Amino acid sequence: MKANDLPDLAHQRSGEHGVVLYLDGISVSFDGFKALNNLSLAIDAGELRCVIGPNGAGKTTMMDVITGKTRPDEGKAVFGQSTDLTRLSEAEIAHAGIGRKFQKPTIFEPLTVFENLELAMKADKTVRATLFSRLSMENQDRIATTLAVIGLKDSSDRVAGLLSHGQKQWLEIGMLLMQEPKLLLLDEPVAGMSDHETERTAELFLSLAGTHSLVVVEHDMAFIETIARKVTVLHEGSVIAEGPMEQVKNDPRVIEVYLGR
Amino acid sequence: MAAFFLSFSAHALDRSAVEKLAFGDGDEKIEAIGALVAEGDPKAAELLKGFAEGELQTSGKQIFFVRGGKAVDVFSGKPVPLPAEREDVVANNRLRGAVASALGAFKLNSQDRNERLAAAQALSDAGAAMLPLIRKALEREADPEIRGLLDMTAAGMELKDGSKEARIAAIRKLAGSANPGTKTLLLEAASDPDEDIRREAQQSLRAVDGRLALGEWLGLAFAGVSLGSILLLAALGLAITYGLMGVINMAHGELIMIGAYATYVVQNLFRGSPVFDLYLVAAVPISFLAAALVGIALERSVIRWLYGRPLETLLATWGISLVLIQAVRTLFGAQNVQVENPAFMSGGIQVLSNVVLPWNRIVIIAFAVSILIATWMLLAKTRLGLYIRGVTQNRAMAECVGVPTSRVDTWAFGLGSGIAGLAGCALTQIGNVGPELGQGYIVDSFLVVVFGGVGQLAGTVYAALMLGFANKLLESWSGAVLAKIAVLVFIIFFIQRRPQGLFALRGRAVET
Amino acid sequence: MTPKMVTVTNFSRLYGPRGWAILGTCAVVAFVVIPIFNLAVPASSPFHVSAFWVTLIGKIMCFAIVALALDLVWGYAGILSLGHGLFFALGGYGMGMYLMRQIGRQGQYQSDLPDFMVFLDWKTFPWQWWNTDQFWWAILLATAIPGLLAFVFGYFAFRSRVKGVYFSIITQALTFAAMLLFFRNNTGFGGNNGFTDFKTILGFNITSPETRMSLFCITAFFLVATLLLGRWIVTSKFGRVLTAIRDAEPRVMFCGYNTVHYKLAIFTFSAVLCGIAGALYVPQVGIINPSEMSPANSIEIAIWVAVGGRGTLAGAILGAGLVNGAKSFFTVAFPEYWLFALGAIFIAVTLFMPRGVLGLLARR
Repeated sequence: MKANDLPDLAHQRSGEHGVVLYLDGISVSFDGFKALNNLSLAIDAGELRCVIGPNGAGKTTMMDVITGKTRPDEGKAVFGQSTDLTRLSEAEIAHAGIGRKFQKPTIFEPLTVFENLELAMKADKTVRATLFSRLSMENQDRIATTLAVIGLKDSSDRVAGLLSHGQKQWLEIGMLLMQEPKLLLLDEPVAGMSDHETERTAELFLSLAGTHSLVVVEHDMAFIETIARKVTVLHEGSVIAEGPMEQVKNDPRVIEVYLGR
Repeated sequence: MAAFFLSFSAHALDRSAVEKLAFGDGDEKIEAIGALVAEGDPKAAELLKGFAEGELQTSGKQIFFVRGGKAVDVFSGKPVPLPAEREDVVANNRLRGAVASALGAFKLNSQDRNERLAAAQALSDAGAAMLPLIRKALEREADPEIRGLLDMTAAGMELKDGSKEARIAAIRKLAGSANPGTKTLLLEAASDPDEDIRREAQQSLRAVDGRLALGEWLGLAFAGVSLGSILLLAALGLAITYGLMGVINMAHGELIMIGAYATYVVQNLFRGSPVFDLYLVAAVPISFLAAALVGIALERSVIRWLYGRPLETLLATWGISLVLIQAVRTLFGAQNVQVENPAFMSGGIQVLSNVVLPWNRIVIIAFAVSILIATWMLLAKTRLGLYIRGVTQNRAMAECVGVPTSRVDTWAFGLGSGIAGLAGCALTQIGNVGPELGQGYIVDSFLVVVFGGVGQLAGTVYAALMLGFANKLLESWSGAVLAKIAVLVFIIFFIQRRPQGLFALRGRAVET
Repeated sequence: MTPKMVTVTNFSRLYGPRGWAILGTCAVVAFVVIPIFNLAVPASSPFHVSAFWVTLIGKIMCFAIVALALDLVWGYAGILSLGHGLFFALGGYGMGMYLMRQIGRQGQYQSDLPDFMVFLDWKTFPWQWWNTDQFWWAILLATAIPGLLAFVFGYFAFRSRVKGVYFSIITQALTFAAMLLFFRNNTGFGGNNGFTDFKTILGFNITSPETRMSLFCITAFFLVATLLLGRWIVTSKFGRVLTAIRDAEPRVMFCGYNTVHYKLAIFTFSAVLCGIAGALYVPQVGIINPSEMSPANSIEIAIWVAVGGRGTLAGAILGAGLVNGAKSFFTVAFPEYWLFALGAIFIAVTLFMPRGVLGLLARR
């Protein structure tokens, strides 16, 4: 793994070839409490970025802004070349290619793994289309491929509610992949997983990087070290450090914020 | 038209009027009724009664009654052979209405002053066909109050058709009326093509309006507050159980009903006693207890198993309501039972000429206010109240700090049910008491709770008052049924815009 | 290994062999056995199926269609509508208007207008009666009016995210308001007496055995059709989206589905089914009045579905049959106890049988 260049903290060059997500000066407050404070960051296409920070740093709020769940009071949020995220609805943003995985696995428990993936699949989702839909060979293949990627090929007909916690997380990631997103936002993806499952998940993310861009929010430092190339540290709503893991780990501000002085 | 009747002897029916009645069309029949009644002949009364009851039939030119298979000629009163071919003289709603007012008019000739007064009042909105009768009565009448009434009525009728002078005289007379019906007549006159008539009508209108307006508003306001107070009593208990536990209790109406029946039983126990009127005082705590005990029994046996499942709770409590209604039917019979107002609840205060405020409603308003204050104090000042509020706002946290939530649930449910019982006690004083009493209030109670929002008493109070007013206001415009429909439709739309109600407790929402 | 083909659009795949066998048996009973034992076997024979039974079973089949309709929205999409009785009643009134026109001059007042209009001294038909002497128009009204009402109501409700118990309460308010409206004489639907005393339908005498049996068979046909159509829907991808909406609506929205459209589609379809059931019900039972719109009626429909087992179409039919069968039995044998029994059913099903009778059977 090569170390990336160290960009400036707050001033990213916009319109750069290969920037898939660009946040500039985002501020959000709830009832006087400033959840995000002049937050800026940029994700390159194909990158696997990790975001860490103490609780209350604004990681989830940042994701909410990106997916359109919360509107920022100030700032710009641009996806790809020119898609202004602050103007689109949640459904439109999902459609545009941003997929989010929540902390708690929210799959459809009574349906089988296969059916879960079929539902999530990028397809015509109007009422008429789903009423008369037939599964084409091409789509079958897509589901099969995803099953292989997430490692659930043998559980394809199992009812999703019966999967282990880790398997449910992978299924959810698989559902995310079925929508063919360009950018994946993953909120604490390995919470509650065994060591073995955590390893598998790391492999999965690394294999996805390049063809997809990933932003991973996590607390599990060992996991982060396995996958991280570039790490962004949030604190009280803004970025306080950014760079390769080694550099960030030794940054005095980061140490102060995590450990206190 | 009104001058159609011919002179005839006092003891024979006017032939042409009877023929009109038997063979004419709807309008002619109405005229005939008026003509028949004008002389005050009792035979005419008999004829009209028979007509209304469908006993009148014709065959060719013959007109006769048919009773028990036998025919009696209308004019001679003698039996005649029953012809094979006969036709009914058909009476519909409108004609029966005309007959009813005509028969009422007979009483204008009674010796009893009260009967004459009642008849005069009843006639005040009769049709113009009654005019000759009224004029005749005016010739004989000496009592000033009755004369005044009849005068007004006649003036109203004359306004419709008479010579221009007669009409203007009528309009002037009507200025002294306090009858809302007069206003309608004057309004018609106010758009008359003749300019003089219009002017006179406007003047009289202003006089009448002034007299009526204050009374109307007062009456409306009072009715609104009264209905609001009843809705408040009915909904208060529900607001507690729904707000606290998210329990949709479809049996809430039956808890009200149980309180009403408890009052009935207490009344019966006091029968024959010299302090009968005090039964109501004894009934208050008893209806509270009865309903509270039933509520607690329900909570312990059924509802506690269904927490967190509001749809199932809805269905289960509906089933309970069926059982309760049927149980009451079996115990007390399916008909309404009689609950008399004690003396201090009867009658009312006359505030204006057209406004009487009944005592029972005034007492109920006071009762509702005192219950509201008591409940508020219980919730705000006692420990139980504190627990209830805590569990409403955050059940999990309350459990964590050691609040015995399941016991609080039971007490709260008991409290809510008891208040419903009190509502039932109050309702016995203003309406009928039957097994289905609760069914009429369940929808309204839910609307109040859903509209007002849960978790705060203020919401329930405002919602009850607003719905009470809205209901009465709409009623005065378009009738009770349409008013109810309008309120329902309004709530349907309101809930979609603001599902948490008027006063929502922040941070707590009842979801599936 | 290729995953099992789950998208079923092939007709024969709707049920397994056991399912088809049961359905086939019921069809044979409905279309062959009962007609023979009603029309061909003489009344004196102990095997004769009397008109009473034909009407009763026909009535219950109509209720079964309504139960199916409610199961589709409740069991599969999670929408507890407690106002479905309204759609049923509207369908009934649509057909009822046609049947009232067919009475013609044979009514009590021998007028072109129905008796209740003569009674009110009306001279012409109100606007909503336009063209109701045409059968096809009546059918159109019976299906389109409930559908339209459901569409408009559902649109506003689902769009503003009204869910769960609140939705149930406003559907109760809707049916209650409609009932009050229809009770008024001025509304022009016969007031609290409604429509009754029908004489003919499409020229046939409405009480003759042949007509009864035809209506019976047509109802059976619609019941089977509704079942198969429902089955097709729930086994399609659309059906899976519906159950996903029931279990985790935000997640489904997140997957990119417009859940309002889905809920609206199934809700409207369900209302149309109820309208058809109502239109079939009225000629068999011979009367329609506003009490069909009572809030209590709609709550009863929910209990039919719950008793049988919601989320399974067969359960809805079973529940409708069991509860209405029990009702017929009780109201004849022990009338004072029927309401106790019904109340007990409500309580027992919610406490002890959350998955209904079918759920109990499945566990064994």
